[in-house]
Amino acid sequence: MAIRTSRRVADNAAFAFATAATLFGLVWLAWILWTTLRQGAAALTPALFTQMTPPPGSSGGLLNAFFGSAAMILLGVVIGTPIGVAAGTYLAEHGRYTRLAAIVSFVNDILLSAPSIVVGLFVYELAVRTAGHFSGYAGALSLAMILLPIVVRTTEESLRLIPDQLREAGFALGLPRWRVTRQILYKAARSAILTGILLGVARIAGETAPLLFTALNNQFWSSSLGGPLANVPVVIFQYAMSPYDEWHTLAWAGAFVLTAFVLILNILVRLLARKGQQR
Amino acid sequence: MNATAAGAAHLAPPARKSGAAADRMFGAITAGAAGLVLVLLGGVAVSMAWGGRLAFRTFGWHFITGKDWDVVGGKFGAFVPIYGTLVTSAIALIIAVPVSIGIALFLTDIAPRWTRGPISIAIELLAAIPSIIYGMWGLFIFAPFMASHVEPWLSDHLGGKPLIGPLFSGPPIGIGMLTAGIVLGIMVIPFISSVAREVFSAVPAPLKESAVALGSTRWEVLSHVTLPYTRSAVIGAVFLGLGRALGETMAVTFVLGNAHDLSASLLMPSNSIAAAIANEFTEADTDLYRSSLIALGFLLFVVTFIVLTIAKLMLLRLNRQFGRTH
Repeated sequence: MAIRTSRRVADNAAFAFATAATLFGLVWLAWILWTTLRQGAAALTPALFTQMTPPPGSSGGLLNAFFGSAAMILLGVVIGTPIGVAAGTYLAEHGRYTRLAAIVSFVNDILLSAPSIVVGLFVYELAVRTAGHFSGYAGALSLAMILLPIVVRTTEESLRLIPDQLREAGFALGLPRWRVTRQILYKAARSAILTGILLGVARIAGETAPLLFTALNNQFWSSSLGGPLANVPVVIFQYAMSPYDEWHTLAWAGAFVLTAFVLILNILVRLLARKGQQR
Repeated sequence: MNATAAGAAHLAPPARKSGAAADRMFGAITAGAAGLVLVLLGGVAVSMAWGGRLAFRTFGWHFITGKDWDVVGGKFGAFVPIYGTLVTSAIALIIAVPVSIGIALFLTDIAPRWTRGPISIAIELLAAIPSIIYGMWGLFIFAPFMASHVEPWLSDHLGGKPLIGPLFSGPPIGIGMLTAGIVLGIMVIPFISSVAREVFSAVPAPLKESAVALGSTRWEVLSHVTLPYTRSAVIGAVFLGLGRALGETMAVTFVLGNAHDLSASLLMPSNSIAAAIANEFTEADTDLYRSSLIALGFLLFVVTFIVLTIAKLMLLRLNRQFGRTH
């Protein structure tokens, strides 16, 4: 009898713990989102999207930072996506059973979780030190390098999900392999690959560490990627660490916009992916 | 429509010939792109080692064991950031591992079925929040909360105890290794729990059902069947979380305090490898200083590479057990 009671107590304790653990996780999410919403909504003004980052002690907006971030994300996607899709295609199709594919697949997973600050240092050595100055191009390059393994992974996985009969049907029509890949497989995997790219965009939009030593920051309007470029994450970092209240307010506004963008993109992508699965 | 038309055009004999050449080219392009992934990883390692060579040559092993980080005097020993990285990551895992396993258990066995999707998405959103947001929240909200509510209690009740006392003594300033470790723990939870949930739900139902038929409680099913069956993957997930925690930069930079003094107390500010690089790299004005920071990056890269390799191998082992092909 005593043993039975202690077993029941252990069971109930495990249950209570599991439930508490889930609540624990959700509470942090709610706390962080609530803080960002409350502080950010108070700081939202039209000037945020029409004015430049101000000097200390005066008000302004984040227009140049939004532009810089958008430009670097776009260029990062333009560089990272084709390479990532091609590499993913090799892993799932053209090099499917080769040793190279096995090694690359392994290494790709490590790149996926590698510290982004190291990517920043690498691109600094590669593109900033050799060029002699910080630039938006270097920033875009480091973002592309973080996007790349995400695209490789989703491309590989979505191509592997396609049944082999589809490939065989293509070969039976006499299509060469590259046409089967381009015209049949990419079509079937398109929405899954797109999902991966969008998740990648959500990830690189908030990346700060790799931009610290590549794009740096720029207080003024600059539409050139050839020099230091303002961007939302680094502006948030500098303004939040500063002692000025106006800068703190702007940092919260930037944090709010960034978080909203990332979360909405994430939720949309998940809903789309689920819809695609149900079909 | 389009595909059929293009396909039909390619059934013509001349097209087949050029198809072989195009095939080879397409294969070569994709192989090149795959090779680039390898080159990038190798390039990171080589460039970090090359950039840090001056520091390694100047200080030798003292770069790792030295406690002085003297910018003016040009003496750089990385013991404090290495120690801070390891301690904060350890705190993160102590929090995240049990919580993540609890979440995975809740999502596979306890939660009502219709709540599982939304709850697991919510937990995964913890991973989507940019680390700089964690950092800002940590600096402006969580650190003051720790300073006013948690740390005074810790130093009052635990600070005087033998053995663990030194860990919890000192003024409650909110910024320090404990706060950074907790924030890291929150950030790592989604990575561990999503893998754990996936493998928990992949445990064959007959195994669990037989345990239940023998009279096991649900806790005994978890501890005697599910965890032993998924052990290697759970360990892999923990290493994955460790890899994330070791390399996390921005959140830690905000709440760790960028101090280069060694202190036993978890309540005191410290430094981590990633935070030191983030804080100081653009200010590094001598070659030796810059080289020392890149050498730190090299150490971080090597350690996370090893940790992530272990994680991947452990996860692969379970896949083989399940008979998956990849």
